[in-house]
Amino acid sequence: MKMQWPYLIPEKKIYTMTELQSTNHSTDQPVNQSPNHPINQSITPLISYALHLADNALLLGQRNAEWTGHGPILEQDIAISNIALDLIGQARNFYQYAAQLTNLSINQSVNNSTALTTTENTLAYMRDAKDFRNCLLVELEKGDWAVTVLRQFFFSNCQFYFFKELRNRKDTTLAAIAEKSLKEVTYHLRWSAEWVIRLGDGTEESNTRITKALFDLWPYTGELTSNAVYETILSKEGIAVDLNLIKQQWTDKTKEVLTAATLQLPENYTMQNGGKEGKHTEHLGHILTDMQYLQRTYPGAEW
Amino acid sequence: MNSDKQQILALLEQVPDPEVPVLSVIDLGIVRDIKIDEDKIEVVITPTYSGCPAMDVISMEIKMILLEHGFKKITVTTILSPAWTTDWMSEAGKEKLRAYGIAPPNPTRPVCDTRLFAEEEAVQCPHCQSYNTRVVSQFGSTACKALYQCNDCLEPFDYFKCH
Repeated sequence: MKMQWPYLIPEKKIYTMTELQSTNHSTDQPVNQSPNHPINQSITPLISYALHLADNALLLGQRNAEWTGHGPILEQDIAISNIALDLIGQARNFYQYAAQLTNLSINQSVNNSTALTTTENTLAYMRDAKDFRNCLLVELEKGDWAVTVLRQFFFSNCQFYFFKELRNRKDTTLAAIAEKSLKEVTYHLRWSAEWVIRLGDGTEESNTRITKALFDLWPYTGELTSNAVYETILSKEGIAVDLNLIKQQWTDKTKEVLTAATLQLPENYTMQNGGKEGKHTEHLGHILTDMQYLQRTYPGAEW
Repeated sequence: MNSDKQQILALLEQVPDPEVPVLSVIDLGIVRDIKIDEDKIEVVITPTYSGCPAMDVISMEIKMILLEHGFKKITVTTILSPAWTTDWMSEAGKEKLRAYGIAPPNPTRPVCDTRLFAEEEAVQCPHCQSYNTRVVSQFGSTACKALYQCNDCLEPFDYFKCH
């Protein structure tokens, strides 16, 4: 069954047991499968951008939440879970905006405003891996504590400078989310940078682990500061942040922290990319399976 | 009209934050506006943190209490900008926090910055009033709190962190 994004499911539909048990979930069929249908034509660069920002936050939030109950010590279990919660909150804000834009866009093109609605939940739970636009870095497995804190540092370091710029851009909704998120990201950046230093400049074991994490993760950092097509289009309109603007700040801060951690900045690496355009590692499918299972099986289920 | 607004404000003072129940939504400073247009009422709220899980409950409780008091056509709108700050917390709210055993946010100080291993601000222990305290973690039992410990009475306590 080939499904096209956006998956539009009737809100609050009550499923009968027969429907739920049937192998062919006819009710799950997307309304329109043709890529030429207006619904699929209606994904604007702005929707892509909002989804990209949402997917980044959702995936890293979900990865960090895998630590909940498993953190190395109680205080840090709480810390990483707090960060996860902040990220899920950011993701919700971006998804709500993406849903609002999608509904507007669809209503304009198919003139059918009542039957079907895209929501933050359908966007998070009902899209396939290829429709996700997150950076590859955030979908990688959670790894050990070294991988977790180093990834968080790379990501928060990017978000920090990114949100500082985005809060001054033209789109007022994105700017408001950026203004709100920046305060939280400041804590994330400080926390993760301190942990990178603690591990790098710590024991032989911790240094070995974070050195390995550094070489494993480094090829995925290039994507954080390189523009996708929709970012190039939108930055010309004054809506998106041209990532070239923050690249130097990101690199300087990274060097500063890695140096304090007695680690060397890797050089001459081929960078992996493609996540922002829907080309992902195998890890994304697995995390989506975990995360989407319930809503895929019982669409619209609520607590 | 104005008396309606006064009455709504008074009712909202009875709506507690589900996670810190000594504080009302007014004490917290998350109610940003009350708009009255004939029989339509819009209450504008803002979250303390993006991921604050209490927002949905707060929104529902606001609707419930207004419905119970004869108001109809109520909408609760969430805005993100300007972003919430602890400066909006009422003085009464800060006193209630202290009495509850949570150190209230210090009056105006710079919010967390990116300096690493920076010296922490002096936070007063809500139990023995000592300033000889240390931060255990910037992340506490909820997004809005940090975890501290008093070096004098040795009690751990929550600090409602500046934001």
